[in-house]
Amino acid sequence: MTTPAAGLEDFAGRDLISMRDFRREELLAFLDEAQRYEGFSEPILAGKVMGSLFFEPSTRTHLSFNSAMQRLGGSSIGFADAKVSSTAKGESLSDTIRVVENYCDVVLIRHPREGAARLAAESTSLPVINAGDGTNQHPTQTLLDLYTIRQTRGRLDNLKIAFIGDLKYSRTVHSLIETLTHFDNELFLVSPTSLRMPASFIDELDDRGTVYTEDEDFFSIASDVDIIYTTRIQQERFPDPIEYEKVKNAYRIDRAAIERIGGNVTLMHPLPRLNEISTDLDDFPGSAYFAQARNGVTVRKAVLSLLLGQSRG
Amino acid sequence: MTALREGTVIDHLVAGTALKVLFVLGIEFEGAVTIGLNLDSVKMGRKDMIKIDHREVSQQEVAKIALISPRARFSIIRNFQVVNKFTPELPKLIENLIVCPNPSCISNEERVKTKFGVERSDPVKVRCHYCERTLSEEEIKLL
Repeated sequence: MTTPAAGLEDFAGRDLISMRDFRREELLAFLDEAQRYEGFSEPILAGKVMGSLFFEPSTRTHLSFNSAMQRLGGSSIGFADAKVSSTAKGESLSDTIRVVENYCDVVLIRHPREGAARLAAESTSLPVINAGDGTNQHPTQTLLDLYTIRQTRGRLDNLKIAFIGDLKYSRTVHSLIETLTHFDNELFLVSPTSLRMPASFIDELDDRGTVYTEDEDFFSIASDVDIIYTTRIQQERFPDPIEYEKVKNAYRIDRAAIERIGGNVTLMHPLPRLNEISTDLDDFPGSAYFAQARNGVTVRKAVLSLLLGQSRG
Repeated sequence: MTALREGTVIDHLVAGTALKVLFVLGIEFEGAVTIGLNLDSVKMGRKDMIKIDHREVSQQEVAKIALISPRARFSIIRNFQVVNKFTPELPKLIENLIVCPNPSCISNEERVKTKFGVERSDPVKVRCHYCERTLSEEEIKLL
């Protein structure tokens, strides 16, 4: 198609493994490019094949990548369960990738081990996309979150953003917060003490000079924020079920809570949700969680096109 | 401690790290090894020190020791003269020296060289190239 826009020249053939590999200018250029894929479905990837290797289950990511590939005329092969792959026979990940690279043009991998996508990328010259490696990175989730923030608030700087819930284990939150250090925002980190942000991430915020506040009480900060990003508190993280019961509904957001903090707030959630956001907020104008899912396809269309050397720029 | 004719002096080791450093250097020495533990130091309060007769440390060993004790000062001695004195600088990337303590890191499952990027030298902070976890000086375990 056309020549890539400034900042996107190096994307063709590149891997998408970690948000740590992105510079600010690249992020902004990518988001501009992604916007051109809203509602776009022409066969610019006709004849291209995505090898989709899901060593652990995923519904949303798997479906939205398949949808993105097919909407651009490409096709997908692969497995959605490690039990049906050769790994079950003891094959190494590197060998699996060296075999699969003969069948496709781009490799999409989700794996329970952290660093698996990086190793996969080192095992092939094809572009590799990380669709989640253990608790480490899920870069297309972060890109769609950034895309949604810019879409709903019109900017990525000068925002007050509250992250609520499980800040200890949430890969989505860690990755988004790290990426937001490229921009100038004020962050509020709200969680029960047992699920506070790990010290290594707090260290990073300090190193990057990001302004943040840690708090247990949502309402002490809520009236002030532009965005609330909330996550599921996972029961399996609590060895003691009583501890889980204490916190599971601690940060539930419903219409009454929104009225109390004022209406001009964007509500985000990576989904699936349990009790964190009441269904009575689904028609609230600031609710952006289903838009995030929709943006997932748009962003993944842009990722696939760019890595495969196509650009709408 | 007596003067060295040939060999290496490693001074300004963080107190309590000398035995770890010896472990890094292995146990096969041709000449005498003198160890000073918990010595008085104007700069550091307390420090450890090692003198190794008839052995010059390699660059690989220097990098390992820098991970354990970043302010260590090396003096290479030949014929009673100090011919080289340096505080090591950590390379940007450390390959096959550190084991990743994250059991879920792919480097603990597949046969790959471990790689760690150095984010800070003093105090040491490194990041696993694969799982991206950061390790502080106390968390670093050598291969």
